[in-house]
Amino acid sequence: MAPPGQAQRSPSPSQPSGKGEVSDLKAQLRQLAGSRAPGVDDSKRDLFKKVISYMTVGIDVSSVFGEMVMCSATSDIVLKKMCYLYVGNYAKGNPDLALLTINFLQRDCKDEDPMIRGLALRSLCSLRVANLVEYLVGPLGSGLRDGNSYVRTVAVIGILKLYHISAVTCIDADFPAMLKRLMLNDPDTQVIANCLAALQEIWTLEASNSEEASREREALLSKPLIYYFLNRIKEFSEWAQSLVLELVAKYVPSDNNEIFDIMNLLEDRLQHANGAVVLATIKVFLQLTLSMNDVHQQVYERIKAPLLTLVSSGSPEQSYAVLSHLHLLVMRAPILFSSDYKHFYCQYNEPFYVKKLKLEMLTAVANESNTYEIVTELCEYAANVDIPMARESIRAVGKIALQQYDVNAIVDRLLQFLEMEKDYVTAETLVLVKDLLRKYPQWSQDCIAVVGNISSKNVQEPKAKAALIWMLGEYSQDMHDAPYILESLIENWEDEHSSEVRLHLLTAVMKCFFKRPPETQKALGDALAAGLADFHQDVHDRALFYYRLLQYNVTVAERVVNPPKQAVSVFADTQSSEIKDRIFDEFNSLSVVYQKPSYMFTDKEHRGPFEFSDELGNLSIGADAADTVVPAHQVDANDKDLLLSTSETEKEDGRALSSNGSAYSAPLYDAPASVPASQIQSDLVNLTSGLSGHVPAASLAIDDLLGLGLSVTPAPAPSPPSLSLNPKAVLDPGTFQQKWRQLPISLTQ
Amino acid sequence: MISQFFVLSQRGDNIVFRDYRGEVQKGSTETFFRKVKFWKEDGQEEAQAPPVFNVDGVNYFHVKVAGLLFVATTRVNVSPSLVLELLQRIARVIKDYLGVLSEDSLRKNFVLVYELLDEVIDFGYVQTTSTEVLKSYIFNEPIAVDAARLPPLGPAAIFMQGSKRMPGTAVTKSVIANEPAGRKREEIFVDIIEKISVTFSSSGYILTSEIDGTIQMKSYLSGNPEIRVALNEELNIGRGGRSLYGNYRSSAGSGAVVLDDCNFHESVRLDSFDMDRTLTLVPPDGEFPVMNYRMTQEFRPPFRVTALIEEAGNLKAEVIIKVRAEFSSSITANTIVVQMPLPKYTTREIVGGSENTLRAKLSFSQESHGNITKESGPVSMTFTIPMYNASGLQVIKS
Repeated sequence: MAPPGQAQRSPSPSQPSGKGEVSDLKAQLRQLAGSRAPGVDDSKRDLFKKVISYMTVGIDVSSVFGEMVMCSATSDIVLKKMCYLYVGNYAKGNPDLALLTINFLQRDCKDEDPMIRGLALRSLCSLRVANLVEYLVGPLGSGLRDGNSYVRTVAVIGILKLYHISAVTCIDADFPAMLKRLMLNDPDTQVIANCLAALQEIWTLEASNSEEASREREALLSKPLIYYFLNRIKEFSEWAQSLVLELVAKYVPSDNNEIFDIMNLLEDRLQHANGAVVLATIKVFLQLTLSMNDVHQQVYERIKAPLLTLVSSGSPEQSYAVLSHLHLLVMRAPILFSSDYKHFYCQYNEPFYVKKLKLEMLTAVANESNTYEIVTELCEYAANVDIPMARESIRAVGKIALQQYDVNAIVDRLLQFLEMEKDYVTAETLVLVKDLLRKYPQWSQDCIAVVGNISSKNVQEPKAKAALIWMLGEYSQDMHDAPYILESLIENWEDEHSSEVRLHLLTAVMKCFFKRPPETQKALGDALAAGLADFHQDVHDRALFYYRLLQYNVTVAERVVNPPKQAVSVFADTQSSEIKDRIFDEFNSLSVVYQKPSYMFTDKEHRGPFEFSDELGNLSIGADAADTVVPAHQVDANDKDLLLSTSETEKEDGRALSSNGSAYSAPLYDAPASVPASQIQSDLVNLTSGLSGHVPAASLAIDDLLGLGLSVTPAPAPSPPSLSLNPKAVLDPGTFQQKWRQLPISLTQ
Repeated sequence: MISQFFVLSQRGDNIVFRDYRGEVQKGSTETFFRKVKFWKEDGQEEAQAPPVFNVDGVNYFHVKVAGLLFVATTRVNVSPSLVLELLQRIARVIKDYLGVLSEDSLRKNFVLVYELLDEVIDFGYVQTTSTEVLKSYIFNEPIAVDAARLPPLGPAAIFMQGSKRMPGTAVTKSVIANEPAGRKREEIFVDIIEKISVTFSSSGYILTSEIDGTIQMKSYLSGNPEIRVALNEELNIGRGGRSLYGNYRSSAGSGAVVLDDCNFHESVRLDSFDMDRTLTLVPPDGEFPVMNYRMTQEFRPPFRVTALIEEAGNLKAEVIIKVRAEFSSSITANTIVVQMPLPKYTTREIVGGSENTLRAKLSFSQESHGNITKESGPVSMTFTIPMYNASGLQVIKS
């Protein structure tokens, strides 16, 4: 009974290889097809299970299609379901055979059991055969009007399926408009959620060739709709809540009171056990408050505890997803998390991908007051048996050293690493000491004393070797053996596989030559000869360049190779602030986990609903080309000011919109809510005549939606009707706002 | 929205495979398995694949539960939390229905699993993950597997292998199984499970301490009665001030339990929580966490572990681990495992009782360079103590 495990991979005699068994099955099914003997359903069940199990492991059982359809004339629902599953899997590849199934599926769509109606409708729409779409329209239409909510949820998703098979058929049947009406009136929240999901997908895909669709898509963000969803948020399932919150995060409220009201209403969502709901709520909070510096900062304070709780409950995988988001926030505003550093300590049994994020956070939050403790903790990890972890920890110590003013103690620790005499520790440390010296040349005496004791034979990793060679060249006047070490390295030129190391060797021997010519002359000659004969283009070119430079003028050569150097003050960030902002805008998505904006890893057609980044991408590239100064300034200011300054509110408003808010830019924002509102009103009225029989709660929904009675005439209202959020929130608006103003802030500046 | 869902065995066999949208090519299971098995990062091998990664525009999500890989794929930029949460939830729903989650039970019941998957997700969108709601759509009867034949789940497994599960006497009955006598037993199981993380300095001083806990419920009640769960009356949430560490003293000794933060299952209503610390809920069928909480308030760790390493020359060392049970002699801890990684030579495990000392002599085949003390450890310890929890959180009545 159990599916054969590795049927495909190991065709041993005991395992079915596929072919013979399938024709056996075919014969047996045929036998049962017409039979009405008692117990025949049980035998069918066993055969069907075999078919499905073969299908699962990848054996092609499409040849029994006809027999399966013949056997499907049954009232046994388990058999029906297996048959639907089978048909859904093979119909696409066998459109002619799929036609055979239409008949019984259509019949089942009219069954008196709503369960069968729903199942049949779902299977009918899952056939994915373009020339059968004409058979879908009728059943889908009645499915939307079905009295049973299960059938309606299936029908709504069925319409989305139809759209993907044949967009024209779907649009021509006016299904999107019907979905919209259903979304505003159905008493069942899962039906509503499915309508929202389907409409987002359809209108986003249609928006590129239909202005109406793009207007409809924008209307989803209108105040009446957003309030309609918000007021019912707790009736939705947790998954549907995530969908709704994702929509709300794109909404632009008209004033601060509205922002506070929405936050007040949603605050208890932060206590949800489902991380997806919490992260979606956090996104709403972060997006809503972009224009209010002080509140935005308080949002960071408010969401810390729920985030930390989510990180420490649930599976490592769930923690990782949440931790990635915490990581993003920490990187954006390290100062706000500097007293929480102990939460980022690694636990021994955590997977490496979690530890890596934590190390980066520890590095980011290190400041004068906590560096000692953080570095002590990191040094423990550096002695770890887990080598990748040890390496990462050493790098983290180095990064902290590079960002601190007082690096005394850290340099000592780094130098102690070298004394551990472990090759990988030495290698990582050398790379760091090199970077440290570029920033703090004043430490050269101490470092050189220790580095000088390392035997170059113990350093094999190219990056470390290159670092050591760089130091030999740069500090050759202080390192007694420098010319001789370089000389011995050059003697082994042939064995040096890394071109990076050979390049560094050329430069180092040049530097050394100008400082200690008599001792280095021979080594330089050998190096240039070896370099000119090198098969690597860069190495060859550099050797040739040095050679000609020396021939041309030795003084000039010295100026080129050994110019007076300024200490590096800040090492370049690997990611531009513009990219960081894009990732922040895509909070609660894969962009945060991958640390890349979505356009870098998704195809254009899969950007998902409300992904405005195409337009945004073009827009910002255009702006870049025209004026490179302004965007850079904007983004930079945005990164720092938004979280730190508390006084520049006026300036902030405009800017926040132009950089972070640009995804839903001006035209949408300014369009008054009146257009969509009146549209909805008229829709509602149409609908009461058409649907009210099936959906008795429709009138309630209208009340809910507009706060207006049914008596409202569709006469165009001169001003948008006043909308309000239901007073379901925990606190009254005044108290809530007061509370936010009083949240303690760790910021000392 | 997701495109495909599948479950793979440890060897990479397809146990269940469902394609919801037909947007991802068929070979995705093999692509996924190869990637996970031979994950490389920065050229380093044997790193663990992260739960989410992208190969050729396809995003792969996976969680490991009971040695199985639950995987979803999509081409769209979705919320990673949502998908990982969903995978975990699907595993739990399947467990609710099969009673036991294992490769064997999945293979025996794959048709039932397909029934579930059909209702949980439609065209990539989650419809419901409620064990309760799903009941009316499930027509297959679960085929029980012998729970006794399952490898025992160590208590460590609760935290190390994904979702927190009930230890020891784990309930392995399907929510739709019929009792032999034909009548249903009205049962509900409530457990408090806590993970304790404490770091001691070499002098025995506590450096960091945290409790991550969960109140788990598994309900077999019929008729959906409303249940009230009363917690300690002196229970505070949020530490008032900002400093999460350092103000231990303020609340210690008063008997009050101060949680840093907590969250609740969606069925929980908190109407009277502020008044009398009572959670009201109509427990849905199956297993679910009622409440997760986190606490950094000072607490008395159940054990004190001291480790001493003495080096005796270049080829020898002695390790002494002392475990002292700090709780009342009327309760006993069991399934204790103490682990201590030692530098590349060996890993030892011992089982101890209420007060135990391990003395291990180590001999090395190669000369050490004086770093044994640094490279050893940390000592970690897992254990189960029935009827005891460190935070002091109690379910008084329910």
